[in-house]
Amino acid sequence: METTKNHFFSDMSVMLGRSMRHITRSMDTIITVCLTPIAMMLLFVYVFGGAIKVGTDNYVNYLLPGILLIAIATGISYTAYRLFMDMQRGIFERFNSMPIARSAALWGHVLTSLVANAISVAVIILVALVMGFRSTAGILSWLAVAGILALFTLALTWIAVIAGLSAKSVDGASAFSYPIIFLPFISSAFVPTESMPPVVRAFAENQPVTAIVDALRALLSGQQVGTNLWIALAWCVGIMLVAYIFAMRVYKKRV
Amino acid sequence: MEKAIQVKGLQKSYKQHHVLKGVDLEVEKGSIFALLGSNGAGKTTTVKILATLLKPDGGTAAVNGFDVTTSPENVRWSISLTGQFAAVDEILTGRENLIMIARLRHLKNPRHVADDLLKRFGLTGAADRKVSTYSGGMRRRLDIAMSLIGNPQLIFLDEPTTGLDPEARIGVWNVVQELADSGTTVFLTTQYLEEAEQLADQIAILHEGRIIVSGTFEELRKQFPPAKVEYIEKQPTLEEIFLAIIGKKEEK
Repeated sequence: METTKNHFFSDMSVMLGRSMRHITRSMDTIITVCLTPIAMMLLFVYVFGGAIKVGTDNYVNYLLPGILLIAIATGISYTAYRLFMDMQRGIFERFNSMPIARSAALWGHVLTSLVANAISVAVIILVALVMGFRSTAGILSWLAVAGILALFTLALTWIAVIAGLSAKSVDGASAFSYPIIFLPFISSAFVPTESMPPVVRAFAENQPVTAIVDALRALLSGQQVGTNLWIALAWCVGIMLVAYIFAMRVYKKRV
Repeated sequence: MEKAIQVKGLQKSYKQHHVLKGVDLEVEKGSIFALLGSNGAGKTTTVKILATLLKPDGGTAAVNGFDVTTSPENVRWSISLTGQFAAVDEILTGRENLIMIARLRHLKNPRHVADDLLKRFGLTGAADRKVSTYSGGMRRRLDIAMSLIGNPQLIFLDEPTTGLDPEARIGVWNVVQELADSGTTVFLTTQYLEEAEQLADQIAILHEGRIIVSGTFEELRKQFPPAKVEYIEKQPTLEEIFLAIIGKKEEK
């Protein structure tokens, strides 16, 4: 008798193919994910931007990293939603009563989240280019940007997995993302932290988004990244590991 | 007779709620077994334990000779589950659903398998439509078709006809009968007494966490007072009228 372990990758690719079809057949989710961050970018650049002093004449360049993080935080709420619907509709029961690798269905969702968010990020960067975003970053810096964004997506995706698996309603499955979407506002994403009152500033400078935004901004503008890169990576990997452990614990309990 | 399922003293609780209080049952290979019970009697819990989705708190359960707690993987190779809610992917087409399951079962020719089943279940015309456009009966047929992929020795059908119209229900009954004729063991749960009477070789009634009676329909009938003979005019049932009018009775 065959063991299911041998088929982990082929099972996972079937699962990935399945949820990618879900995305391509409901392109509205991609558009919804992109719409709010793009609207915010327009609002901040063309309405508030004139009054914000960030020490650079290109506010789009300053803004883009934070906008990308907001887009990813919005995007992962759909991962939680898709997972929740799978749990509800009984298709997970079918998968789990079949001789396939138990976590293949879950990994399918995680990989799908990564691909879907990569698409949204690409769309937003294109819009930013139209709005005047310019970067002096070389190939290596762009790779580093992609890597940080991918790690950030994975970290949030595993949080989304916890929410999707343990939610009792559709609203609950996606509500967890609101605080995460809000985090960039209390960071260096829109304005320099120096302009904030002491308590807020202390929070802003020590929360993950600021480190990640600063690292992305430095990479995109071709400056020295310094320790921010390592702080950003440490946050992403740390959140990812903790969320992964909890998500797997919830998953084992549910199936 | 070889046993497809042997269950002894099965226990399961959800927090304070004691659902199964020692269930004993045996199912013979190649037979149709119906587990009857009202809503909340524990039918679905029993099926989930036998299909390795839930772990029992006590007792033993063996499916096709494999213990569900110690060798769940072997159990999974030999069964298929059609759950209470049609476990189909709404966004995929009928054909894609079947191909997906065939690929997960690592079969040689998934497209061919899908084509055969579409034909057999009368879904060829709807094969390339999204399942979200299917009727309840079509969805159920697709659901059962997905369960047949890989020819499992035993199929669980948890309330396969709940929510279906009479026509679709007869369609499902025919499929179940064909399965049994081809040697597959069928374990079905139902709230409809008529369904058990029509289909099942063995019937067991689950009530308040225990099997209170089991046997063939004939055996069950003998345990109760003999039938009185009465002469009444035989009126057609509404179901018979309905089916006669739409003229599709017994058609698959």
